[in-house]
Amino acid sequence: MPAIPLAKAPQPAHTNPEQIRNFCIIAHIDHGKSTLADRMLGITGVVEARNMREQYLDRMDIERERGITIKSQAVRLPWKSGIDGKDYILNMIDTPGHVDFTYEVSRSLAACEGAILLVDCAQGIEAQTLANLYLAMENNLTIIPVLNKIDLPAAQPEKFAIELSKLVGCQPSDCLRVSGKTGEGVTELLDQIVAQIPAPKGSLSAPARALIFDSVYDTYRGVVTYVRVFDGKLSPREQIQMISTGVKHELLDIGVISPEPVSSSGLGVGEVGYLITGVKDVRQSRVGDTVTSYQNPAKEALSGYKDPKPMVFSGLYPIDGDDYPMLRDALDKLQLNDAALVYEPETSAALGFGFRCGFLGLLHMEIVRERLEREFNLSLISTAPNVVYRVFLEDGKEKIVTNPSEYPNGKVEKVFEPIIKATILAPSEFIGTIMELCQSRRGVLGGMDYLSEDRVEIRYTLPLAEIVFDFFDQLKSRTKGYASLDYEPIGEAEGDLVKVDILLQGDTVDAFSSIVHREKAYPYGVMMTGKLRELIPRQQFEVPIQAAIGAKIIARENIRAIRKDVLAKCYGGDITRKRKLLEKQKEGKKRMKMVGRVEVPQEAFIAALSTNSDGEGGKGKK
Amino acid sequence: MEKGRNNESSKLSFYIHIPYCTKRCGYCDFNTYTPGELNSPNLNLITSNYIDAALKEIEQASIQLGNFQVETIFFGGGTPSLLPSYEVSRVISKIANHFEIRPNPEITLEANPDNLDESFLESIRSSGVNRISIGMQSAVPHVLRTLDRTHNPENVVRSCELVRKAGFEHLSVDLIYGTPGESLQDWQESFESAFQLPIDHISAYALIVENGTKLAAQIKRGELQMPPDDETAEKYLQFDAVATRKGFSWYELSNWAIPGAESLHNKAYWNGSSWWGVGPGAHSFIDGRRWWNVKHPAKYQELIRQDKSPKQDSEVLSKENIRDEFVMLRIRTREGIEFDRLSDKQLEVANQFKNSGHIESSTWSDSRLVLTAKGRLIADRIVRELLV
Repeated sequence: MPAIPLAKAPQPAHTNPEQIRNFCIIAHIDHGKSTLADRMLGITGVVEARNMREQYLDRMDIERERGITIKSQAVRLPWKSGIDGKDYILNMIDTPGHVDFTYEVSRSLAACEGAILLVDCAQGIEAQTLANLYLAMENNLTIIPVLNKIDLPAAQPEKFAIELSKLVGCQPSDCLRVSGKTGEGVTELLDQIVAQIPAPKGSLSAPARALIFDSVYDTYRGVVTYVRVFDGKLSPREQIQMISTGVKHELLDIGVISPEPVSSSGLGVGEVGYLITGVKDVRQSRVGDTVTSYQNPAKEALSGYKDPKPMVFSGLYPIDGDDYPMLRDALDKLQLNDAALVYEPETSAALGFGFRCGFLGLLHMEIVRERLEREFNLSLISTAPNVVYRVFLEDGKEKIVTNPSEYPNGKVEKVFEPIIKATILAPSEFIGTIMELCQSRRGVLGGMDYLSEDRVEIRYTLPLAEIVFDFFDQLKSRTKGYASLDYEPIGEAEGDLVKVDILLQGDTVDAFSSIVHREKAYPYGVMMTGKLRELIPRQQFEVPIQAAIGAKIIARENIRAIRKDVLAKCYGGDITRKRKLLEKQKEGKKRMKMVGRVEVPQEAFIAALSTNSDGEGGKGKK
Repeated sequence: MEKGRNNESSKLSFYIHIPYCTKRCGYCDFNTYTPGELNSPNLNLITSNYIDAALKEIEQASIQLGNFQVETIFFGGGTPSLLPSYEVSRVISKIANHFEIRPNPEITLEANPDNLDESFLESIRSSGVNRISIGMQSAVPHVLRTLDRTHNPENVVRSCELVRKAGFEHLSVDLIYGTPGESLQDWQESFESAFQLPIDHISAYALIVENGTKLAAQIKRGELQMPPDDETAEKYLQFDAVATRKGFSWYELSNWAIPGAESLHNKAYWNGSSWWGVGPGAHSFIDGRRWWNVKHPAKYQELIRQDKSPKQDSEVLSKENIRDEFVMLRIRTREGIEFDRLSDKQLEVANQFKNSGHIESSTWSDSRLVLTAKGRLIADRIVRELLV
């Protein structure tokens, strides 16, 4: 029996680095990472069968429901190798599985010496997995290719073994075959982790250096920081320091997760565990930062620290203006656990008081919005997402624009917009339609490779602005759901961009302003004015709806004045009824927004701002 | 009420509800019942018992009100022309016995053109009824069919002649426009034939689709389609122009009359004077207090038999309610609203509607807000803008 009773296992702070193996699992949503992790917890004996629940490590409800991991964790697994019979400690570091969290993934990878590349052998590798695999290879991690779900009738392990071996540079026979569900092959996998992944190296005597690879806010304990020790040792009650900020903290608790937190007498070289310092805000304990000893500080930080940089912005407004303070409190609370979320108050003439929020990307934005609505019971309107623009005026001044309505109206010398590199994996039959889509979004083809006979990797360079709106929905619908997408920011480029304003009766509606490529200004104007004509009820006067670039009108629609709004009869019995209706309308007035003299119902704003630029159908979930 | 008891508020109008019809029309949601619904072979017996109850409610009114002078009486329904003539007479005598009545009061009876005959008309004329209002609705057979009306258009012509022959002072017809399937030509045909009749008053109502009616169900199922509002608005303007040319002036947005032939009873509702509704479901309004009776005739008669008030519920209007109702009702009338009843802010809103052609500029200089035809068509919206 290769499991070791916990009491007899090597103890934290007293484990020889030679006995340690740090690894993570790179996998796509649905490819069975959580099930495999559950199985490992069971086989190594850290979770008894009767305490087991599905997706043990995924904490948040949203994670479990969506089957994705947002925040990572690290679990210490004792293991007696079936090959050499020696005791080992395996630290499984869970990685976030989605495109927006590339930086967090890179920090998790930096805490490991090896990675399991886990692929569902009924589906094959997906774009984000590929991106994370490349990231792992850049970090010089040892890759163990593993085909999962071999129990499925639709499994094609031979086919995908060839695909994986090409990507990793091994023989198809080197790919392990497992079933997280039945447990088949998992013991062999644990043994191979010991055999293939190198032990951590580090100096026991050097000043302590530990990499923060995750930081989570807990209501009871404050911020829990997850670290991997590279050099030296961290001990309880010791004073520590974050190198990037220079701030000093006291270590209130230190320990490992197995899979519940257990305090320890410290963490030594190569070990992975948690720190608690009493700070209340994850921004004081940032992913990528280096923890060192205050008394004997390291001179140099571990490399690779970056401040999280918001890439996508959107205005969030409460539907009921009275909820504004609740929204502010909710954002404050979310920020405790989300160092990447930024926001500042913003006022829209059309939508009232709200916040301009910055996100790492689209998924991050959706998750934040969903949590605000679900956990804080708020009803929100969000403006169409946009990117950050760097605008140079003719007088040479530079302006950073995160809200289209703030785009300068004066003469613009040039504008820079963020550019991304997109990787799309899909069956080769969809090459044509994918290229058509990317081309229509100002994409430049970067290359194309066949992963196998009928699966292809297509690389495009695209402006980020072109994918924040409905690109992913379009890609999915054009490829019957088979394509997967990954993207990473690669810089910025000058764009021929203009701001299109939407005017109701001559008044600009700030919430509808948008920055688009000059060639797309006209179709955008026609689409938006048409949509609003359908959505805004007739008023007692004619309402022209115009789309304009500066003073130039590029599209126009008209809402004709209402001609009949009266009930013909008003005698004895009708009077009370009519007055009561009037009283109700006084109440309902709150849900109307005034744009100049035009009454616009909330619903019209919500529908007009939905992430659906072509006006076809509803918005699909990702 | 702020006004106090001046001459105005001591005037009283009676509405007598006759909650029976031989058949329910498809668009109607009034509080009325057919013999079938009441499990009765004919209406005579029911109505006799019913009128007994109504007379008792008039007695209750006299005890409660004391010194009021009755200006108008209106028999509405339902189908009041289904009543035997002596029942009409019993009601009028009862009111006369318990109240002071002004000389030559206006007494109106609503009639179905299918069941009007000479002897009935002569008889009620001699009891004091001096105004007949006939439910004509349309002159176009397919429109009448859609409305589920049983009457033959020729009966309208015949009935009107009988009414005039019997010597009634005033005759009115009701029309409905905007029925599914009604063209502009159909409507024109209807009102042109109405203006051929010997009438001095005409009401024209845009069809209201009430929840729970057969018509509402037919529209919901897609069997019938309401004409576009713009076309219905067009019909109103067309009618208003022709009526004016024929010498009929509007005095409320759905009512036109030869000057002097306006219905005083109608005006009582819009001027905030006092009125008492007798019968099941009828509303009353006395000195700022409003109440309404229980809806079903059986329940109503039961309460009356026990010498109880048939009242179901009531409300006392707040100052704000009274102000709102004043604007809501008076804006519908040609009399309009005096500026001193409006705030500066409301006048500002009104001024915008004057500039857009919804409010008369000719009466503006007399400090009076009166709607134009275009404005009457959106009167409810203007009220919202003024009050909400």
